[in-house]
Amino acid sequence: MSPDIEPLVSIRDLHFARGRKTIFDGVDIDIRRGQVTAIMGPSGTGKTTLLRLIGGQLRPDKGSVRVDGLEVPKLRTRELYRLRQRMGMLFQSGALLTDLNVFDNVAFPLREHTDLPESMIRDLVLMKLEAVGLRGARGLTTAELSGGMARRVALARAIALDPMMILYDEPFTGQDPISMGVLVKLIRELNDALGLTSVIVSHDVQETSAIADDIYLLSDGKVVAHGSPGELEHYDSEWARQFLKALPDGPVPFHYPAPDFAEDLLAGSEGGRAWQ
Amino acid sequence: MRTIEIWVGVFVAGGLAALFMLAMQVSNLTSVGETDGYEIKARFDNISGLNVRSPVTMAGVRIGRVVDIDFDEKTFEAVVSMRIESQYDQLPEDSSASVFTSGLLGEKYIGLEPGGALDNLADGDVIHLTQSSLVLERLIGQFLFSQGSDDSKEGAEP
Amino acid sequence: MAIKGPAGWFQALGASALGFFERLGRGHLLLFSILGRLPALVPRFGLVVQQIYSVGVLSLLIILVSGLFVGMVLGLQGYYTLVDFGAEQSLGTVVALTLVRELGPVVAALLFAGRAGSALTAEIGLMKATEQLSGMEMMAVDPIKRTLAPRFLAGFLSLPLLAAIFSAIGIMGGYIVGVQLLGVDEGAYWSQMQNSVNFWDDIINGVIKSLAFGFVASWIAVFEGYDAVPTSEGVSRATTRTVVHTSLAVLGLDFILTALMFGEP
Repeated sequence: MSPDIEPLVSIRDLHFARGRKTIFDGVDIDIRRGQVTAIMGPSGTGKTTLLRLIGGQLRPDKGSVRVDGLEVPKLRTRELYRLRQRMGMLFQSGALLTDLNVFDNVAFPLREHTDLPESMIRDLVLMKLEAVGLRGARGLTTAELSGGMARRVALARAIALDPMMILYDEPFTGQDPISMGVLVKLIRELNDALGLTSVIVSHDVQETSAIADDIYLLSDGKVVAHGSPGELEHYDSEWARQFLKALPDGPVPFHYPAPDFAEDLLAGSEGGRAWQ
Repeated sequence: MRTIEIWVGVFVAGGLAALFMLAMQVSNLTSVGETDGYEIKARFDNISGLNVRSPVTMAGVRIGRVVDIDFDEKTFEAVVSMRIESQYDQLPEDSSASVFTSGLLGEKYIGLEPGGALDNLADGDVIHLTQSSLVLERLIGQFLFSQGSDDSKEGAEP
Repeated sequence: MAIKGPAGWFQALGASALGFFERLGRGHLLLFSILGRLPALVPRFGLVVQQIYSVGVLSLLIILVSGLFVGMVLGLQGYYTLVDFGAEQSLGTVVALTLVRELGPVVAALLFAGRAGSALTAEIGLMKATEQLSGMEMMAVDPIKRTLAPRFLAGFLSLPLLAAIFSAIGIMGGYIVGVQLLGVDEGAYWSQMQNSVNFWDDIINGVIKSLAFGFVASWIAVFEGYDAVPTSEGVSRATTRTVVHTSLAVLGLDFILTALMFGEP
């Protein structure tokens, strides 16, 4: 295998459990360089956990997570921090530092990791803010930002150190259509313009499929479907069809498991006691 | 940013000034002069209540402090070392020392009475003329004893 | 899960004991990692200065006002107690010793817990809840070094200064009431004070006390914030715990330190 086509992130036989709940039960994922890879699945399938495993904030119970040839769970703190400098992560909430304004938030990684003079930091920050269209908002405090703007500032911060990869945790959740459109466009454009590799964790099928090159569908700790958006349309899995088309009923039942309805109604007196 | 730094500077300066005030104005740091002055000794039969750091006075003016109290096992006497401030270096060699109490229940201090000698006390000298502490319990005991003996006499007469 | 009766009672007792030791252990581990990162703050002392502002400077007003009133009350109470013995000359001694030895460090620490400690806990807890700490980690910035250590050091350095200011202002308050209003002789107020307050035994011991309180109060505040359950309820509980635990720790520690320092004649 030549280094060009070696995936940037390769996950093999990943097992992870939180308490008694199994979150991953043998997951294999490859994230190819230069592409936008989406990881989708219903809420609670551990999509965010996956990003934390890639970022080394969590360690798998079994299996391997390799990023750019490095085995993440085996790295020592110093090496892990060096690797993280080459990764950006966009949290669901933005995770902007509330005691700093927009400019200082974007400057934060530069000031922490480089000894650049202040004038150069200023130039870099303005460049990054320009890329997300918020150069004019540099003096605002984080409290003055709308949710969409906060995510764009966080994006500017994530690309401040020119990383090789950006991890997006639910970037579209809770956004109005306009900021959603802006984010979709930004993610794709930044990926191509800066030569990044992007990983999007999301359950917003429409927006994600629009920009993804490669999609993994996760459910119950396993990969249930994998392919390009076009391939997945015709994927031979009832579950994948239900998820991608947002059908209310299918393999994932509408009802939470319960005893028979008629029986349950007749057992009313017993149920009533339980409330007392 | 700058205002924060100025405020922190004011705060730290204020805190240190408060500490300085406590040291200089409130405590006896200014009048300690641990290394200043000269040391003399005196032997007492009883110094009960006297402490290290108790004042040493002459004519009611504090001229030094007790710096050390020792017990001499051979003579069963208390050996009190006093440091006298260096400006008071004209004390006659035959001055006498007594343990006094300020007020009825106040703290003990050493009072020096000047003698008539021409030579002056110098570092390491020993005061020979001393008078011990008045022990209140002993006074009361003596008083009660004399009262009691009076009573018994009165009772025996008839 | 829950067993009823005495067995369940013992189970709950055991569980809470385990929880207690677990938290105690986590608290100490955090303390060690904070202490280990303090040297890294030397080149970045600006971070500490900024925290001294929010921890120390912003606590100044409450310290000044309470110090003044506590001193004035001491002057009043001390005067009426002493005047019965004709010993009102000793008012300065009473006010100064009470403040320097006990009330200065202790009350300043209690006010500090309420004003600065709770704010520290809430801030760190919210940073955790809004993924700011986690975000820092992903930006390869150590949140303990960048966020916790400067706050801890700032608290530790600020409290002794606040306590000294409290005592100094309190003595001025006693002076205002005793000398200006009640007519104690001014010279007696200061000279009696100077005669009986010892620099090493009283003032330095007071400073040592407030250093110890600053250490404990900052540690508890930072730990509770870092250990908070990252929800709004969790942060509010952690804030309450900071105030309660700091107050108890300060009072308990005060007893121990007093016994150690002033116990022997």
